[in-house]
Amino acid sequence: MPAIEILGFEKTYKVGFWVKRPRRALYPLNLSVQEGEIFGFLGPNGAGKTTTLKLLMGLIFPTAGSARLLGKLWTDPEVKAQIGFLPEQPYFYDHLTAHELLHYYAQLSGVPAKERSRRAEATLNRVGLKDVKGVQLRKFSKGMLQRVGIAQAILHDPKLIFFDEPMSGLDPMGRREVRDLIEQLKHEGKTVFFSTHILSDAEALCDRVGIIYKGEMRALGTVANLTSSVQGKVEVIWRSTQGDAQIPASLKALGAQCHITGDTGRAVIGETQQDAAIDALRREHLRLISLTPVRTSLETYFVEKLQHAETSAGKSA
Amino acid sequence: MNTRILHIASNTFREAVRDRVLYNLIAFALLLSGAAILVGQISIEIEKLVVINLGLTAVSLFGIVIAIFIGIGLVSKEIEKRTLYTILSRPVRRWEFIVGKFLGLAGTLVVNTFFMAIGVYGALFYVAHKFVRADSLILIALYFIVLQFLIICSLSLLFSSFSSPLLSAVFAFSLFVIGSFAEDLRGFARMAHGLTRWLATGAAYLVPNFSAFNIVSSIAHEQPVALQLVLHNTLYALFYAAMAISGAVLIFENRNLK
Repeated sequence: MPAIEILGFEKTYKVGFWVKRPRRALYPLNLSVQEGEIFGFLGPNGAGKTTTLKLLMGLIFPTAGSARLLGKLWTDPEVKAQIGFLPEQPYFYDHLTAHELLHYYAQLSGVPAKERSRRAEATLNRVGLKDVKGVQLRKFSKGMLQRVGIAQAILHDPKLIFFDEPMSGLDPMGRREVRDLIEQLKHEGKTVFFSTHILSDAEALCDRVGIIYKGEMRALGTVANLTSSVQGKVEVIWRSTQGDAQIPASLKALGAQCHITGDTGRAVIGETQQDAAIDALRREHLRLISLTPVRTSLETYFVEKLQHAETSAGKSA
Repeated sequence: MNTRILHIASNTFREAVRDRVLYNLIAFALLLSGAAILVGQISIEIEKLVVINLGLTAVSLFGIVIAIFIGIGLVSKEIEKRTLYTILSRPVRRWEFIVGKFLGLAGTLVVNTFFMAIGVYGALFYVAHKFVRADSLILIALYFIVLQFLIICSLSLLFSSFSSPLLSAVFAFSLFVIGSFAEDLRGFARMAHGLTRWLATGAAYLVPNFSAFNIVSSIAHEQPVALQLVLHNTLYALFYAAMAISGAVLIFENRNLK
């Protein structure tokens, strides 16, 4: 059973003061995310990521389409007890302490009364806020609020978690911790759907990603699939056993682009030439360190996709 | 009662307390004790009258100001600050949120009024040195004031569900002023003719009739209050507040939280 099934969600806003003009924020979107999957929803600012999340959370209403979450209609209040949501740049009741806030959210999420305090404590511990649990949120930094946001999203042990830009406002250590947390959630069998424009996070974490731009889904698939349309090239790295590395003449003859740094050499060659390259290294008594297919980074793929979308839009106009 | 509503109400109450809303009690206490000392020195025989009039009017005005200024932000502030996103993404229905907010604010005002009532009785004892049976009538006046608060809270909440805080404040305050002269408006409607009569009658019955709740003067003169008026005002306030909250729910249920 898919954890998330979006069936033609569409959103059009009416803009303008006197004369209302329609502005499409989301074109019909169809998407299915399986249970236990980490799905990355990528796109530049204003692409429609937050609109999609708000539709799924019932914060705004679709112009058309529907969705099913964990097999139930997305508007079903029962399903919401199984869902965690971190909004973009979250803000909370700043008159409360971190512990009080989580306790309040536990009450609203239907966590049994006996468990609320323990659950709040454990979750604060998990996101590294144990020492400031009694501090009012108005004294928290942006990064700390982001951690509180993550804590409230996982507090009630939901099966399905939506994160809108979870790394926003975090320092490198914090980002690393959140990455680890998302991986832990996956190991616990949770489904995680997160939107981001930080592509390295998506590349490192996601089983699948979708790229949305100007309200339309432009690409969908595993990171490996999306970036394997590469150039059919491999990268060879070798090391010299005696002093500085040399570029073997036979490797040059294959038309390889070679670089030497100290005792390490690096060459990019065609996939069909990899056996010849290995032979060349052996003949020269050079030690092969690695041989890996060259992939387009997700970032390159992403930028190319957006540029393509821009060009297509320009032509159709 | 639905426990989620109670949790939202209790959080609203806690927010008001921590935002130092009850600090108004200090201003109220200063005003009342100052007035009691002053009238004790300058007036003869009418100290009680002045203290009751001044005390109850102050209770009413302080409460109205709190009801409007907190009420107008109850929904719009939550949308603006996006605190609502993490509430409505939980198993909380939109109507539960509105009702919870209303009860939280109403609770704040009842507690506030309770402390101010102690102040009024304290000032009364200071000037009269004793309580008499007729002083218990003040409780009815306070009850009517609380009923007024319920109406004002619900109207502020209604405006807050679709308008900005500034406009909501203007609407709510205007309705309070017009409602305080509702009897005059009804009198005018009775004298008018044709379309004006219809319009004036419609307006007179649409705005809350706050003048029916103002019994401060008669209480100060120790005149008894008819049970019928108590029943009528109770039903009227509950009905009016329920209608305003239903309106707020209806608007909020269909609102996109951009």
